[in-house]
Amino acid sequence: MHEPFELVVARHGGTVLRVCRAVLGPVDADDAWSATFLSALVAYPQLAPGANVEAWLVTIAHRKAIDHARATSRRAVPVDVLPEPSASPGADERDLDLDLWTALAALPTKQRQVVAYHHLGGLPYAEVADLLGGTAVAARRAGADGIAALRRTYGVTASTSTARREP
Amino acid sequence: MMSTDLEPDARDLLATAADHTDRDLTRLHARLERAAEDAGVLDVAYRTLDTPVGALLLAATERGLVRVAFAAEDHDAVLASIAARISPRILRAPGRLDDAARQLDEYFEGRRHAFDLPLDLSLATGFRRTVLAQLREIGYGHTASYSAVAVAAGSPRAVRAVGSACATNPLPVVVPCHRVVRSDGTIGQYLGGTDAKRALLRLESAA
Repeated sequence: MHEPFELVVARHGGTVLRVCRAVLGPVDADDAWSATFLSALVAYPQLAPGANVEAWLVTIAHRKAIDHARATSRRAVPVDVLPEPSASPGADERDLDLDLWTALAALPTKQRQVVAYHHLGGLPYAEVADLLGGTAVAARRAGADGIAALRRTYGVTASTSTARREP
Repeated sequence: MMSTDLEPDARDLLATAADHTDRDLTRLHARLERAAEDAGVLDVAYRTLDTPVGALLLAATERGLVRVAFAAEDHDAVLASIAARISPRILRAPGRLDDAARQLDEYFEGRRHAFDLPLDLSLATGFRRTVLAQLREIGYGHTASYSAVAVAAGSPRAVRAVGSACATNPLPVVVPCHRVVRSDGTIGQYLGGTDAKRALLRLESAA
């Protein structure tokens, strides 16, 4: 027996948005988020009772991110490779956390995906490996490398952003 | 919420990812409502409406208004029950309830004496549904006794069944079970509480 889908959106909408932003960048993330939840709404009554709903959503988000990357790419891209997301924020001013998305965008694809699905999406390394190929150990290593790289690039701006927030 | 099993330093590092998402999520939710409606996969849409008898939950399928619920019924529990009995494909999507909300507003302002809304009676079955059809015959400002409704429904001895049909009316206010009172003239029970029943009867008698 499933709870109303509205509660699924309320509980997991934020996490899925962060995952989509990490993988595709803040602009394209909206389309991936929308496609993820529409797809999830359709399939929801068939979801196995007791399933990990957030892991299910993150898995759908991964597929939608690939679809989106394919659709927007001019040339064919391999299924398991995403284009680098655009680091530019677009017309409207994105918030202070833009720095984080910029730093994420600079990571190699695999590291960015592991940080998105494991660190932001809460997916265990074994399931991240199922999604991306390779082993859980390799996923863990890519994640650690990604976090270390973020600490070098974004960690610096993060510590100064408080000062910039209050001029 | 960020996932909880993160290494503490990574959680710190990624903390700003949670910033400033509320407004974006509101916008994305509205987009999801439209997409779900367009795709025909929004089985139940709902909203709440503030009224003189408290917040009412309004829920509609694609066929029509399927549920009106008083706060006393516990809106979360009502939605959970709709998920089990109709479909869990439920979103807070006020658009589908625009007409119902407007007509209820007019009713509570005393400007509307009858509802003109498509109704989905799938939450009522058998004799209870027959009773609901009879309730819709009781005009604004009028009342009928439980036994009179039983007679009208073709089962003069089913007075108690009429009472339980009223008590489980999925569409209170719109299907006017509040107009059914006891033969001795007392007000009788109401699923929204006797105060709400009294308020509705007073509203209608003032017209």
